[in-house]
Amino acid sequence: MSDELDRVPDTEPVRDPGLPEHQYRPTDVDAAQDKRAERQISGMFAVAALLLVGFCVGYIMIDKDQTFLGWSAMNFTLGATLGGALLLMGVGIIQWAKKLMGDHEMVELRHPAGSTAEDRADTLKDLNDGINESGFGRRPMIRRTLFLSMGALALPSVILLRDMGPLPYGHKNTLWKKGMRVVNDVAGTPIKPSDLQVGQLVNAEPAIMYEKDKDGHPVIEGTELLQEKSKAAVIVVRMRPEDITPDKGRENWGVDGILCYSKICTHVGCPISLWEQQTHHLLCPCHQSTFDLADNGKVVFGPAHRPLPQLPLAVDADGYLIAVSDFTEVVGPSYPELARDQKRLDDKS
Amino acid sequence: MSTIDESTNIEDTAFGKKAAGPVEWLDDRLGLAGASKRSHLLRKVFPEHWSFMLGEIALWSFVVLLLTGTFLTFWYQPSMAETTYNGSYTPLNGLEMSHAYASTLDISFDVRGGLLIRQIHHWAAALFVAAMIVHMLRVMFTGAYRKPREINWLIGIGLMVLGLVEGFAGYSLPDDLLSGTGLRFVDGLLRSIPIVGSYLEFFLFGGEFPGDVIIPRLYMAHILLIPALLLGLIGAHMLLLVYHKHTQWGGPGRTEKNVVGYPMLPVYAAKAGGFFFVVFGFTAIMGAVLQINPIWAYGPYNPSEVTAGSQPDWYMGFVEGAVRIMPNFESTFFNYTWSWNVFLPAAILPGLFLGVGVMWPFLEQWITGDKREHHLLERPRNAPFRTAFIVAAMTAYGVLWIGGGNDIIATKFHLSLNAITWFCRIGLFVLPVITFMITKRICIGLQRADANRILHGYETGVIERSPDGGFAERHAPLPVGSQFTLTNHDRLPALEAPPETDANGVAAPHGRKAKLRAKVRAFYYDGMIDKPTVEDVHHADEHLRDHDGHPVELGDEFQGVSETGVPRVH
Repeated sequence: MSDELDRVPDTEPVRDPGLPEHQYRPTDVDAAQDKRAERQISGMFAVAALLLVGFCVGYIMIDKDQTFLGWSAMNFTLGATLGGALLLMGVGIIQWAKKLMGDHEMVELRHPAGSTAEDRADTLKDLNDGINESGFGRRPMIRRTLFLSMGALALPSVILLRDMGPLPYGHKNTLWKKGMRVVNDVAGTPIKPSDLQVGQLVNAEPAIMYEKDKDGHPVIEGTELLQEKSKAAVIVVRMRPEDITPDKGRENWGVDGILCYSKICTHVGCPISLWEQQTHHLLCPCHQSTFDLADNGKVVFGPAHRPLPQLPLAVDADGYLIAVSDFTEVVGPSYPELARDQKRLDDKS
Repeated sequence: MSTIDESTNIEDTAFGKKAAGPVEWLDDRLGLAGASKRSHLLRKVFPEHWSFMLGEIALWSFVVLLLTGTFLTFWYQPSMAETTYNGSYTPLNGLEMSHAYASTLDISFDVRGGLLIRQIHHWAAALFVAAMIVHMLRVMFTGAYRKPREINWLIGIGLMVLGLVEGFAGYSLPDDLLSGTGLRFVDGLLRSIPIVGSYLEFFLFGGEFPGDVIIPRLYMAHILLIPALLLGLIGAHMLLLVYHKHTQWGGPGRTEKNVVGYPMLPVYAAKAGGFFFVVFGFTAIMGAVLQINPIWAYGPYNPSEVTAGSQPDWYMGFVEGAVRIMPNFESTFFNYTWSWNVFLPAAILPGLFLGVGVMWPFLEQWITGDKREHHLLERPRNAPFRTAFIVAAMTAYGVLWIGGGNDIIATKFHLSLNAITWFCRIGLFVLPVITFMITKRICIGLQRADANRILHGYETGVIERSPDGGFAERHAPLPVGSQFTLTNHDRLPALEAPPETDANGVAAPHGRKAKLRAKVRAFYYDGMIDKPTVEDVHHADEHLRDHDGHPVELGDEFQGVSETGVPRVH
């Protein structure tokens, strides 16, 4: 140690005084303190054991539905006894280390992380011998074809992943089509224009989602239903007709100030539903993209780029709201082929 | 097991007689005694400082995650097939939902202790990532990543990234409304990846979102793939820690050449082992009294529903914020749609944070040209550029975090959501610059204060009145140990412009690179206060004596100073 200290260069303003003297703890010099610490620590361990028994008692005795101060009594009892026991054990062990175990600091010398030059040279030599004996350097044909086959090994590992999913097919029609009723998304009931007051918003779906076949099974269910919902969900809002400024060609898309828009945000696909009556703004709760429903669903704030697709509405013979066609714009978040798919949609209409 | 002095043969002691048999049996087969002796493994010295505990919190919360996670797998069903719920939580009875969600409800309501273990698991996950990040900041602020520990730094970054992915996969598993909303975001993110986005989406989700394979796939990643990688990397992290020996703070007797502390057996093993129980106990108490992720309140996932105030787990908050404050750029090139509004904040920006983290030790080495090993930690004030840079990065992270909670902040504080978003958009670029400058000045101020304490002593708190009526506070020299601690760091290097030409007058090779490096180096060391020289200290010593050359009279009540230079009693 002292050799190391002596090597402190003369340019250093202060010389290393060396490790400070060892300070004795109260438990080192006072037998009473030592005994007390011992009792404290074993006390903690004993209480921990008791708590763990309490854990088992709680597990057996407490009813699942019981509550305690608003918490589930089971959850509280199990957690408090287990947590309390673990904390006491942990604190006890640490106290043992701090108060009773030897506390003389030890000094260990460091060595450079690297090996000695000699070891390194020997390793290099071994490596070189190995490479030479393999003929790796002398036989370029073997080397290159080996690399070739190793590279080709990537092919099966990539191609095996091919069936992770179908190839993307881009935009497909949603469930909306001409004459499809717009129904309330809670009960599946059709909506009459008179059901809606000015300023009201209703979450809606295409009627087919609630239809059943002759055996009484839903026409669409399970995964398919979720996939269709993630594209076909809409909101229906009623505004004062004079507030609405439809784009050219969209003059007839509403019924008495009732308009219908895709509920799926064009940003990353959250369902949008925070409706500000006064401003006609619809706000996405995920990333706060804001769309003006009186102005063709255009983006007025936030990270979304494309306006909300609008669904043209009409009223059927029974006086219920129906779709005039499917969406004329791609719904949901953007994707690389979106521009191409949108062009196809435009060409069709 | 009394202490054995050198002259006693261990085999003759009571302990030796008892232990020799088992040790011999094991050593005959494993031969570990030699390795253990060579590396002093059982009595390996670990230095002490509270900040060295942060990584331990991460390690132990990982163990808690393994234990509680195993328990959860006994009941959880990673299936998106539909079922009708019919369990103890009556408000959801009769509802169609996935097996994943239904089994998570069962764990929460019908398995005794299931809710507790689920909550401990979730709290431990939040703690795991938090501890890793704070540990990483500790390592960064103190320069512990410097040679020879660069590889361990990279392993640490790998652990952190895997931890984030693991956490995300985990909270997607219950298939409730909130986790499904998170997956919807992942879907949008995948789609935004240029050119191949749709392919990634269809391959990961097995078709159109949400499909019926994402939960089983995430489950595999969450309980097998990522934990295995984490375990392997944690093992490597620990092995390197043992091999390099822990860094330590400099001080009297604590040098670059040694490590001072307590031996692994018994003290460190007891402290660290006991700390595992503390971490487990702490998360258990949290699981008992603090509700986390009440999935029953959200309902099953439905792509046409969402709750207001949807938030990811805290560690995803910065990505969420970046996505929220990003302007709505989207463009069409070559007949492809490029969604910059999602791709830049959700993929490029985290990549940037990561890239800087990966490059940092090597960048700093290139700037300073310092190729030596470092085992003494550097006080943040003695590396003002580094400290300021980290604070700037933390500021950017914090601004993104504010952005991630812009809706909550707006409603709680009655502020305009749009104003908060604009604040973040501008703040992301402006605030880091401001905090960089402020932090750097604070560091330099602290360096100056250190130099003052060495050269002018510390303030004793004893006020003297001079014969002419003036008041002055007596200063006394710091104890030598404190003086040494304050000066125990590198002197500033002399900064020289690189030669324009070599000895023969020919333009120096790599001239442009060398010039750039000289410029960055000058900026790196700009404004730093060097530690006092030998002459400075010599003068100071004289200065601190009174005119007769006697040490300053401190009074009878004076009882010395603490290590930090604060008088104990005055």
